Amino acid sequence: MVKLSTGQALQSALDMALSLDETVFIAGEGVGTSIHLDPNLPTHGLLEKYGPKRVKDTPVSEAAIAGLAVGASAMGLRPVVEIMFFPFITLASDMLVNHAAKLRYMSGGKNAFPLTVRVKAGVNFGAGCQHSHNLEAWIAHIPGLKLVFPSNPLDAKGLLLSSIFDPNPVVFVEEMLLYWMPGEVAEGDFRVPIGKASVVRAGKDCTLVSYGGAVHTALHAAEILDTEGISLEVIDLRTLVPLDESCVLDSIKKTGRLIVLHDATRFCGFGAEIAAIASEKAFDALKAPVMRVAAPDIPVPVSPPQEQFYKPDSDQVTEAVRAVMDPSVQRRQ
Amino acid sequence: MTAEGLNSQLRREIYTDMVLIRKFEEKLIALAREKARVVGMQILSYGQEAVAVGVVKALKPDDVVVTNHRSHGHLLAKGADPKFLMAEIMCKATGVNKGKAGTLHLAVPEINAIMTSTIVGASPPLGVGAAFAQQYRNLPDITVVFFGDGAAAEGSVHEAMNLAALWKLPVLFVCENNYWAGAQCLPEHSCVEEIVRRADAYGMPGAAMDGNDVEAVYKTTREMAEHCRSGKGPVLMEVRTYRMRGHGEHDPCHYMDQVELQQWAERCPVKSFRHRLMNENLLTDKDFAAIDAEQEAVVEAAVTFGDDSPFPAAEDALMDLWINS
Ligand SMILES: Cc1ncc(C[n+]2csc(CCOP(=O)(O)OP(=O)(O)O)c2C)c(N)n1
Ligand SMILES: [Mg+2]
Repeated sequence: MVKLSTGQALQSALDMALSLDETVFIAGEGVGTSIHLDPNLPTHGLLEKYGPKRVKDTPVSEAAIAGLAVGASAMGLRPVVEIMFFPFITLASDMLVNHAAKLRYMSGGKNAFPLTVRVKAGVNFGAGCQHSHNLEAWIAHIPGLKLVFPSNPLDAKGLLLSSIFDPNPVVFVEEMLLYWMPGEVAEGDFRVPIGKASVVRAGKDCTLVSYGGAVHTALHAAEILDTEGISLEVIDLRTLVPLDESCVLDSIKKTGRLIVLHDATRFCGFGAEIAAIASEKAFDALKAPVMRVAAPDIPVPVSPPQEQFYKPDSDQVTEAVRAVMDPSVQRRQ
Repeated sequence: MTAEGLNSQLRREIYTDMVLIRKFEEKLIALAREKARVVGMQILSYGQEAVAVGVVKALKPDDVVVTNHRSHGHLLAKGADPKFLMAEIMCKATGVNKGKAGTLHLAVPEINAIMTSTIVGASPPLGVGAAFAQQYRNLPDITVVFFGDGAAAEGSVHEAMNLAALWKLPVLFVCENNYWAGAQCLPEHSCVEEIVRRADAYGMPGAAMDGNDVEAVYKTTREMAEHCRSGKGPVLMEVRTYRMRGHGEHDPCHYMDQVELQQWAERCPVKSFRHRLMNENLLTDKDFAAIDAEQEAVVEAAVTFGDDSPFPAAEDALMDLWINS
């Protein structure tokens, strides 16, 4: 194990993939020469190491970048393309939604699209809603796209390598705030399987399901609740599609309560899917209503107090947990 | 180029506007280095003042401007109040958009600077819509769209130009070619370095000019704007200039050639216009000093106004999404 930031962990995954397999290449806006010099950025230093054949700066052309990935993957390459900020994925969406996700199906299983789209996400930069907008629920709604959203350096490395070598199209979301967060990371060709959630904190009173940067909000809330004698179990989904349902359901069956937390907006957010699954498949186990802690249904504001207001925090989580623990809301069995 | 057609009053105004923009952004450069004085990426038009002022001064007040992430110069030239812009860049409640826009999304519809988008390549299609409304209503006005050389690689720009040409919409496409798109220079993102050549592809007139010569920009814009206004359809202007700083103030510029930067600094549009006005004895050293002092005071007042203004209330984040119906 080595200590790396999440950004460096992602970098080591890209480096490993490039060195393992000649068919892997990287493309995107500024992935080779960037305006940033920060070694914690995932593509930092790769152009110098692998050269312009494998690490390709593109024009500002998201549709062509995504199309490049679809076409090249159909021909047997393993493209790893970058969308600079999550809202810009809308410009790439035709290639991803109508093509990456559907062409294999329509070929009767003849074609394969082993591509990875890395997307940088995050609220907190005062950049506003055209740079900050968590659209994972959009992606999750497209049958045919896998969706990975890690919360720490170890998973980031292991999941990125698995994504790159997965035979299907994968959208890989990187929470930028985590780029500078250090952690222990396995060396070498280390993989974390896609589709496996992880219980990052065991507990018995209430299950909290989250992913990405919000996992840290949940863990912070869990510590506060611990001092009040409430034991929160925190699940980090890690992969949203395919979803590790059994991990979530097993936990609900144990705790009888469920909170879902994400940084994205509430309405039709990914939390709604988790709540629906709990209701369909663990109804008998539920002692209290399922609650969602999510951003309000507005674009991400720029002004610091409003940006802070937007982002779900640990106080909102502890409040929600206390609410579902309240004796008055418990279901009579 | 001679000064033919520009009277001395106009030339003085043009120079003053350029100084305002320069001082306004010099202040932002300083503020960006202080924690929490301004919010977000400061993406400045430093060195590109002749484009903003040359184009916008050649328009009529009712003409519409749609701009992009590098908008401060365009908006100041159009007549936005520096106080309310500065407060907005500081994300304060008194800002022109109540702290909802910040530095990158300033919209000042009251002066017909109707929309700003930081989605690269978004301004051309937005401008097509605005120009359609002008044509639909038989208005005598035109829409000016600012976009960068980098944006010219977005598909949306091609779609917008084709549609505008097909429907003869009054759009003045202004490609502000500053040689950079982030860390990629023009030959790294386009084989055709003369963006103006694309005009041919859509059957519209095109014109390229020195974007550091404010009078050249002004005169070409006047001609081109008349073409649009007369119902003959869109035009494409490529205004050649140079991004004299990093992409934004967060950019250390490690990939930029210092010699080239220096060469362009010598061609600074503010400085060269100043020299021209001085050589032609239009303005004296005393006049220049007065203009500098005046515009500095305007900027200082704007900063004080911004500093003294409160942030918007957190819960007001919930407002302005919908119109109550
Ligand atoms: C759709 C989209 N892709 C990428 C970006 C990130 N980005 C912001 S400005 C920029 C470069 C644009 O270059 P250009 O159009 O020449 O404008 P300039 O910055 O030079 O004024 C990029 C890539 C963005 N804002 N929107
Ligand atoms: Mg440019």
